[in-house]
Amino acid sequence: MAKPKVPGLLKGLGVTFNTLVRTGVEGAATVQYPHEKEAPPLRARGVIALHEGNCTSCMLCARSCPDWCIYIEGHKELAPPRRAGGAPRKVNKLDRFDIDYALCMYCGICVEVCPFDALFWSPEYEYSEPRIADLLHDKAKLGEWMQTVPEAPEYEAGAEKKGKK
Amino acid sequence: MNALLATIPYWGQSLLRVLGGLVAVLLPAGTVVYLFLFKMMSFMQSRLGPMEAGPYGSMQLFAEVGKWLQKEDIHPERADKFIFKIAPLIVLSSTFLLVAVVPFGPDAWFTNFEAGVFYMLAVSSVSVLGILIAGWSSANKYSLLGGLRAAGQLIAYELPMVLAVVGVVIQAGTMNLQGIVMAQNAGSMFGWNGLGNPYILTQFVGFLVFMIAVQAELTQTPFDMPIAESELVSGYMTEYSGFRFLIFFIGEFATAGVFSMIASILFLGGWGVPFRWFGWTDMASVANWMNIVGPLILFTKMIVVVFFVMWVRFSYPRFREDQLQRFAWKVLIPVSLANIMVTAVLKVAF
Repeated sequence: MAKPKVPGLLKGLGVTFNTLVRTGVEGAATVQYPHEKEAPPLRARGVIALHEGNCTSCMLCARSCPDWCIYIEGHKELAPPRRAGGAPRKVNKLDRFDIDYALCMYCGICVEVCPFDALFWSPEYEYSEPRIADLLHDKAKLGEWMQTVPEAPEYEAGAEKKGKK
Repeated sequence: MNALLATIPYWGQSLLRVLGGLVAVLLPAGTVVYLFLFKMMSFMQSRLGPMEAGPYGSMQLFAEVGKWLQKEDIHPERADKFIFKIAPLIVLSSTFLLVAVVPFGPDAWFTNFEAGVFYMLAVSSVSVLGILIAGWSSANKYSLLGGLRAAGQLIAYELPMVLAVVGVVIQAGTMNLQGIVMAQNAGSMFGWNGLGNPYILTQFVGFLVFMIAVQAELTQTPFDMPIAESELVSGYMTEYSGFRFLIFFIGEFATAGVFSMIASILFLGGWGVPFRWFGWTDMASVANWMNIVGPLILFTKMIVVVFFVMWVRFSYPRFREDQLQRFAWKVLIPVSLANIMVTAVLKVAF
């Protein structure tokens, strides 16, 4: 049996009224932000964290950044050789690694492009500043964000592993 | 009541009237904005609306007014300054003039015109002038377009409103709003007088046409072509800021409240309850406490009417300009003319 046809005008009124009642009974779909917070998804693009030990200051991230918001300075240092009697090794030391979050557009290309796993996404998002200059996060601050980087979740059953074969 | 008034000097009476008028205009406006614009609209969109200022955001209005009052009173360089500045006042004054004829109780009224309905319809169209000159004097093409659209729309929908009220006037046999309230509460429907005769039942078509016309007069969606924020920025209000915008804003929602009061007076029995319930027969025998309870009853009925106005507003998309005009001239006006004829025939027949 076909349902009796309700005119679209009344149907529209019904939709808004039902939402009104639902919001009153079950609560709103929104969250009262400063008082209660929604947990962002695990892979949310909140802020980029730097694992300094992995960085070789290869500049790949800085060069691939569309906004030119990554500033890297480094110098070469001599390190003791691996084996006795060998020549001293040359290593890159990182002097400066800044990301200007006033410029960053959260595209994540730097994280993708880093060949040494030095950059990570963290879902933290509450780092707004009254002064725009304070949005320039330096090496130390980017390192602190590493604490908030979540462990990568397990692959789903049957998922194909990418990368190394 | 009148004996009591006579003991107050003239300036005291005037002061009381001004205060009463302010309360009668601003209280409905505030209630409408908070209850419907802030809360009902939010709930219909599955959100809570303002929650920070005061409990459940109830002080939000004061915050908003404070914000508007702090803003600079600016006008475009090429605007016609004097006219630009008085335009919102004209719109708001139309609301104050409207509330002057609204009866709130057996003795609680500002004026008791014999031709109250006529006055009400005449005064409500004063706001068209304000809107038109606001649009013209802004020296802005969006404002001008908005003002022209508003003028076309308000004049088109004035007619069905007038014609819808004619049915009520025929049935009540008077143009006095107090008389219409009395005719509804003391009357009877085809011989049965348990409910009196609220004209929403016997004049349902008239009520429908009247409410649609009111929706258009208030330029609420689906009739918000003059504002049309997606095409005209904000229509005739585009160039206004600060307290002049605030006055437009108050005017819009105060008029919504006052028009709803008038709708409940014309169709829902106004401040009264069916007189039979308390054994009253005419205006003189109505108990004195109705002067206190009457305004509350009227206020409740107003809230119900505004609920429907706002419900429609938050549910429907906007009419196109040609659809809007066609609807007024080809549907509403013929329907209300037919309603007048049927009412007249039935009035003579019964």
